[in-house]
Amino acid sequence: MSLLQVKNLGVQFATHDGVVTAVNGVNFELDPGQTLGIVGESGSGKSQSVLAMMGLLAKNGSTTGEALFQGRNLLAMDAHELNRIRGDRLSMIFQDPMTSLNPYLTVERQMTEVLELHKNMSRGQAKKRALDLLEAVRIPDAARRITMYPHEFSGGMRQRVMIAMALLCEPEVLIADEPTTALDVTVQAQILTLLKELQRDFGTAIIMITHDLGVVAGLCNKVMVMYGGRVMEYAAADRIFYQPSHPYTIGLLGALPRLDHDGSELVSIPGNPPNMAHMPAGCPFAERCTHRKDRCQSELPLLHPASHDGQVLRACHMPSQELIALNEAEIHHV
Amino acid sequence: MSEQAILSVRNIKVHFQVDGHGPQWPWTPKKVLKAVDGVSFDLYPGETLGIVGESGCGKSTLSRGILNLIPATEGEIVWMGKDLRKGSESDWHKVRSDIQMIFQDPLASLNPRMTIAQIIAEPLKTHRPGMSAAEVKDRVRKMMRRVGLTEQQINRYPHEFSGGQCQRIGIARALILEPKLVICDEPVSALDVSIQAQIINLLKELQREMNLALIFIAHDLAVVKHISDRILVMYLGREMELAQKKALYDKPSHPYTRALLSAIPIPDPELERNKVIQILTGDLPSPIDPPSGCVFRTRCPLAEPRCAQESIALHRVDDDTQSSCLLV
Amino acid sequence: MLFQKAKRQALAESLSATTDAVIEGRSPWADARRRFLKNKAAVASLIVLLVIGILIVAGPWVLPHAFDDTDMDAMNFAPTLQGFHLFGTDDLGRDLLVRTLIGGRISFMVGILGTVVSVVIGVSWGAVAGFFGGRIDALMMRFVDVMYALPFMLFAILLMTFFGRNLVLMFVALGAISWLDMARIVRGQTLSLKSKEFVEAAHAIGVPRRHIIFRHIVPNLLGIVVVYATVTIPNVILTESVLSFLGMGVQEPMTSWGVLVDEGQSKMEAMPWLLLIPGFMLSLTLYCANYVGDGLRDALDPKDR
Repeated sequence: MSLLQVKNLGVQFATHDGVVTAVNGVNFELDPGQTLGIVGESGSGKSQSVLAMMGLLAKNGSTTGEALFQGRNLLAMDAHELNRIRGDRLSMIFQDPMTSLNPYLTVERQMTEVLELHKNMSRGQAKKRALDLLEAVRIPDAARRITMYPHEFSGGMRQRVMIAMALLCEPEVLIADEPTTALDVTVQAQILTLLKELQRDFGTAIIMITHDLGVVAGLCNKVMVMYGGRVMEYAAADRIFYQPSHPYTIGLLGALPRLDHDGSELVSIPGNPPNMAHMPAGCPFAERCTHRKDRCQSELPLLHPASHDGQVLRACHMPSQELIALNEAEIHHV
Repeated sequence: MSEQAILSVRNIKVHFQVDGHGPQWPWTPKKVLKAVDGVSFDLYPGETLGIVGESGCGKSTLSRGILNLIPATEGEIVWMGKDLRKGSESDWHKVRSDIQMIFQDPLASLNPRMTIAQIIAEPLKTHRPGMSAAEVKDRVRKMMRRVGLTEQQINRYPHEFSGGQCQRIGIARALILEPKLVICDEPVSALDVSIQAQIINLLKELQREMNLALIFIAHDLAVVKHISDRILVMYLGREMELAQKKALYDKPSHPYTRALLSAIPIPDPELERNKVIQILTGDLPSPIDPPSGCVFRTRCPLAEPRCAQESIALHRVDDDTQSSCLLV
Repeated sequence: MLFQKAKRQALAESLSATTDAVIEGRSPWADARRRFLKNKAAVASLIVLLVIGILIVAGPWVLPHAFDDTDMDAMNFAPTLQGFHLFGTDDLGRDLLVRTLIGGRISFMVGILGTVVSVVIGVSWGAVAGFFGGRIDALMMRFVDVMYALPFMLFAILLMTFFGRNLVLMFVALGAISWLDMARIVRGQTLSLKSKEFVEAAHAIGVPRRHIIFRHIVPNLLGIVVVYATVTIPNVILTESVLSFLGMGVQEPMTSWGVLVDEGQSKMEAMPWLLLIPGFMLSLTLYCANYVGDGLRDALDPKDR
């Protein structure tokens, strides 16, 4: 059985303009030691879907569907039950580490607190474990730094502390919500390498949420591309990158400035992201899609296995072979 | 390039007085933060210079120094043959219609209480006070159409637009005076990937049409690749490498450039899994107390003892590349 | 490639070519108004305040008594219809309804004038200090600190003892303190506006300084000024009441809510209406003004956007 099984997850927010559906019909499974990348732009619902699982939605949010962690539904748990799992079996790191570090406590106190709470360790044991982990995330001079306050660390160091804290209880699943977006590229490279090594050493399953397809490429086994609160394409990483079969995935890959192609013009996706309060009846991407047919605007394409490869799930009316052939013809032309 | 440079920056320095650590008394001497410490480059008409560096490298301060938004401490800023630092306030005023700027945060750079028409027309009102209202409006409409906005939006307010549209408004404001140089301070870092590409392509088109020179500031080398002719890499307020685009990506001369290049994730699983990343160890040193000699030596994989004693300004390595590394 | 590119361009154009008439934008003010109108408590409070306002302006004209008429046949009356003393009378036979309305005029006037003084002086002082910064800022704000350090009651008592009790002096005293908070708040806001990118953009364009202040800074200050002004009104009314209660405010036979409450509390046991009615009006006004202020703050708060 898989570690985490998300079935038909939906997230709604009650706002001044009525109920806004931020996430709709998200399904995935995560096996131990696997890495799933969730890719999408702002407003795609990528963060909201994991926040929902962690019980961290804003006050006006509500969920539908199921998120089974080892067979138990996270969405139906009360706060007490959820707290025993959160931070212990399931932990999360955020884009801005300062939001989850308490500025008034030393790093040592924050780390030992978690262990005393979840693992009933003594202060001494807890400190030793905290030190081990800070060393594992390669914080130089950890014994001295552990007594410092969060603001005394640089951005990259803080994100390392966050990762160490998230790994304290050896969780089965680590959710990383844009962990490197606020960091410089060289620091981002350090953190990504670190995550890869930690996964190898600890066997933690990772859900990596990002807007940058490059970040996902080296790290993830499977990739889920989201747009307008829905899953557009869900497949093995190699499939997504080498043979994308959804117009949005193709568009995203074309729009990405990259070093490995010569400086040809970037292929932009025309138009603007959808307004979540007024979603179209059909495919959310239809408005910006070059392959749009009348059907796309009236009828929502469901996520279904692609005809060229049953392992690839995609939500598009256009047959996958046709699209792949068109895309490859275009690439050859360049 | 035989053409005359429109902008020559010579050894420009921007220093700030800051409080050091420890107790501060009125008589405690201030420390000097060297945000930009001796940068020189030339810019030719119609050319794009990419300036790349990580946070704290002084690239934004440099752009504001050029525009005198933050006064430079030392050096020369020569615009069309005239040293602006020796010029008067009215010289600056004239130059401000030729040099425009586009900002990082598209929404924050627009006054929330002004309509789009008022925002785009502001440079015209400032520099062409005699222009009739009808002509101003006409020009604003033309410019809006040119950057991909619809005329119907003319009376709307910034908060009614998405990030990408706000950046288009910012571009319209910058181009309405038909300037010769536009300084773009990370114009796409706050935007989604699909919108980034739109904005970069738009800037390239407009540059071709209007023969603009661009200074394009970014924090990663992938973004500037698609728009720049030459690229300047900065670190801790200094220049590391200045090279033609192709040379920089094909054979980077400076170890810092190589580290920056290897750090950029490539959207290709095979390449990415097998890539050897040159990880920079340690943290960025403080610009208040930079390392002696070459500022990059504390994190440089090639550093030798002499790097701590000597430093060297940009020097020509070959036809296309200038580097400040002692070892090349 | 060419085929696809052409297609993309056509799509981009079709996306931007929805040919409607010019869409009128909703200004941030219109947005704020919409949010404010959704806040039922604030709207109700505003209506109550307006009703009180109309009553205190029109009431004394319509009612048969003057505020200083003494009705010898009706002294110490509880609220009654006899002689049309709806709110009763005091020990001199003066009609409490009229006195409450006239007192309200004074209290409202004090509140509004005090706030106008605070807005005019406070905004210009704070904006100048914040915009120019440096030594000018330091000097101007130290002056504000000195004013703060002055014990207000002592200051008021001194003024009254030297110059005698009079309304103008009370305005001076109230005005002198009410702008201090406003100046501090405006200065803080100006400092943060000054570092905003749109102000930097204006500098980069070459917009002259006075235009930057009036086009870019002041309009963005208005939100916080409006909110703070609505909080200042009840504060000033309350301060006036305290002064009057202590016998330093308005002089007999003229009255204000503070004076009425003061008189009422001395006869509280025998004639509770003399305390309860003006006291209720005062509390109601303060309560509503605070609610309106809260509503405005929520409506204008850009964080909500």
